[in-house]
Amino acid sequence: MSSRNLAAATSTEALTTELPVGRSTGWWGMVMFVTTEATLFACLLGSYFYLRFQHGGEWPPGGIAQPKLLRPLVMTAVLLPSSLPMIWADRGIRRGSRRRLRYGLVATILLGTTFLVLQATEYAELFHEFTLTTNAYGSLFFVITGFHGLHVLIGLTMLSWLLAAALRGGSFGAHRHDRVRNAAIYWHFVDAVWAAILFTIYLSPRL
Amino acid sequence: MSTTTAPSPGAGQEDLARLEAHWGERASLRSWFSTVDHKRIGRRYLVTASLFFVLAGTSALAMRTQLARPESNLLSPEEYNQLFTMHGTAMIFLFATPMLFGFGNYLVPLMIGSRDMAFPKLNAFGYWVFLFAGLFMWASLPFGAAPNGGWFAYVPLTDDRNTPGLHMDVYTLGLLFLGIATTAGSINFIVTALKLRAPGMSLNRVPLFVWAIVATAFMVIFALPALNLDNAMLFLDRRFGTHFFDPEAAGNVLLWQHLFWIFGHPDVYIIVMPALGIVSAVLPAFTRRGVVGYVLIVLAIVSIAIISFGVWVHHMFATGLPHLSYSFFSAASTIITIPSGIQIFAWLATMMLGRLVVRVPLLFLVGFIVTFVLGGLTGAMFALTAFDQQVTDSYFVVAHFHYVLIGGAVFPILAAIYYWLPKMTGRMYHEGLGKWAFWLFFTGMQVAFFPMHLSGLFGMPRRVYTYRDEPGWDVWNMVSTIGAYILAVGLLLVLIGVVHAIRRGRPAPPDPWCGDTLEWSTESPPRPYNFPVLPQVHSLHPTWDQPSRSSMAEDATPDRILADGRRTLFTSELDGRRERVVEMPEASLQPLLLALAMLVFFTAMLFAWYPFAVAAAVAVAVIIAWWLWPPRRPEEELGVAR
Repeated sequence: MSSRNLAAATSTEALTTELPVGRSTGWWGMVMFVTTEATLFACLLGSYFYLRFQHGGEWPPGGIAQPKLLRPLVMTAVLLPSSLPMIWADRGIRRGSRRRLRYGLVATILLGTTFLVLQATEYAELFHEFTLTTNAYGSLFFVITGFHGLHVLIGLTMLSWLLAAALRGGSFGAHRHDRVRNAAIYWHFVDAVWAAILFTIYLSPRL
Repeated sequence: MSTTTAPSPGAGQEDLARLEAHWGERASLRSWFSTVDHKRIGRRYLVTASLFFVLAGTSALAMRTQLARPESNLLSPEEYNQLFTMHGTAMIFLFATPMLFGFGNYLVPLMIGSRDMAFPKLNAFGYWVFLFAGLFMWASLPFGAAPNGGWFAYVPLTDDRNTPGLHMDVYTLGLLFLGIATTAGSINFIVTALKLRAPGMSLNRVPLFVWAIVATAFMVIFALPALNLDNAMLFLDRRFGTHFFDPEAAGNVLLWQHLFWIFGHPDVYIIVMPALGIVSAVLPAFTRRGVVGYVLIVLAIVSIAIISFGVWVHHMFATGLPHLSYSFFSAASTIITIPSGIQIFAWLATMMLGRLVVRVPLLFLVGFIVTFVLGGLTGAMFALTAFDQQVTDSYFVVAHFHYVLIGGAVFPILAAIYYWLPKMTGRMYHEGLGKWAFWLFFTGMQVAFFPMHLSGLFGMPRRVYTYRDEPGWDVWNMVSTIGAYILAVGLLLVLIGVVHAIRRGRPAPPDPWCGDTLEWSTESPPRPYNFPVLPQVHSLHPTWDQPSRSSMAEDATPDRILADGRRTLFTSELDGRRERVVEMPEASLQPLLLALAMLVFFTAMLFAWYPFAVAAAVAVAVIIAWWLWPPRRPEEELGVAR
């Protein structure tokens, strides 16, 4: 038995002071999920350029005006920095600070919601000019931005869910923050994709 | 259950009883719906995929019967269109990949020395989604509303003007639904293989089958989004009037083909790769040595997985794309034969250097090599643009891909059934019956599909429901039909063999083949916790090496028994160094509920009941939120700063 005790005293668990050790399965799962989602967006944006260059004529086609820049730039200024409070919250809970987690989540949710509201006002304006069914450009515009908007909505749902769990107490701490980490990865991904969409939809027609 | 359990010298009776209490599942209706045991889920995948195989195979027999003679009236053109579309779609999506994922589900945790998959509940969820998506698609056939635009569903044939009705909506929604299962399964395989390997199993000791499954899973991660997007666009075009594929409104029909084959060619390897992994897994037991060139095979697997994304245009050589792109893709298609060749020569060398044990699984492996190489030969012909343009859309193509897919997937799958049947059921199969099955299947395969090369070269187009009495066509079509029936009899004997083994087979020992991988050091069938003692792996062939074997017996340590709960080990991604003990999830009904909510969503989308679809989407969100809701823990355990 003494050899067993010795083994237990020198096992990895006994010698490790910091928990959890190594990447969690949840982390890997989320990274793989985000990878496949990123591929989906790559295909979507690739389809945009394929249709544009195969079309060959003026772009946007059918007399649709160039997309206006002001509002999308404001939306960018709202969405991209929304990752910062998320990082702050994530780092906070890793040190056991539930206060930082809660405030960080609230700030991120507010910024994300602002983004969606701005997108809704943009849609309301554009619907007078063209829609999903006007032509392939309209289909691309609304499917790409709408699909991204859906991702923002899903991200906001995840963050609200985290906030609810964080407010209940007993959910997260320095040793248990996998869910915060994973939702944060998703949120950063949604932000990063927006940069690609901004370039493709709003900036590239002007090049 | 069984009282013949040999007490493992490593884990005491007390440990075994505790493991049984934590992992065992009482047979009940609830446990049938809630199980998360990877072995039960794997078996279900195998049985369900086989069921879809029978349906798709019966469709093929109906078509062959129709084509046996010229101008036959057995099937109407509409019925024929639905049958060939469902045959192809089901064989690719509902049989080949799920069948191989079934083997992966059953075997990966056993081969890497773990007690379950990384995400057991996600695994159960994937199975239910696969089952529902398969039923969703097949259920359309009795109503005459099955997909009818071919398995690759080219627009503009499949747009709402040319194919009105629900047909193609069943196709797009069914494949989108199924894609959820395939993606979930792939992520699960990757994470399982990265984190749950037994201590000591560094990357260079990972069995080739696991490498193949992981490479396949990575291909799914990068390829499937293209198909999903394609189907989503087609559905939007058909249902909501978007114009992605409409040239009159700045759309483009070729966008469909590009996206489809960006998925579709990697998909050929998604199907064949795990099957090649089976070959590498089965061969050592029947040649009494390890597969030659382990590192080369791993490199071949990885490079095929990468190059397969650069060959898709060879499916589009007849679409009038620029010639430069033909040259590029022609070259890439030629290059990919090199890693495939490396694997073939490695197996041949293994057979040459080893001592052959001629049993049924080995026969199927030899049948695989012969058939697959013939398919590869015609494949190399297609890489040449000029030849491709002559035979495209003819029966020559049909002959080619049946040689590739039956050779590359079905032969290894049949080998796998015979090889792992003793492990899964604890019973041996009847050798004589198996040999008959092999010879009938092999002969039937060649007789059915070889003549198609000829009818193709004679100009017979694929996907015609009948043909005039052209010189040369009727004889070879009759021969093909006879071959198809011989093949079917062979498969029937396989089925009879499996049922016979389960009913009457003699009990199988834990290691009937003296295999080299870890599943052979568990009982047949394995206990719910797989390993009483998690192994410490010392080599690529752990069941053949003494230190690895004794790590599960006399050298067992309590930190690898882990009997105080439903626990298994995480190890580091590259070196397989021990990291920590983790608690695994219990059985749950959530996976089934989530899959059901998704079924409601897709059914509502099909019939345009949008309020129901919205309600189902909300239900999906609620179930996921409930599934992942963090358990309440004491502050100390959480580590909360004051």
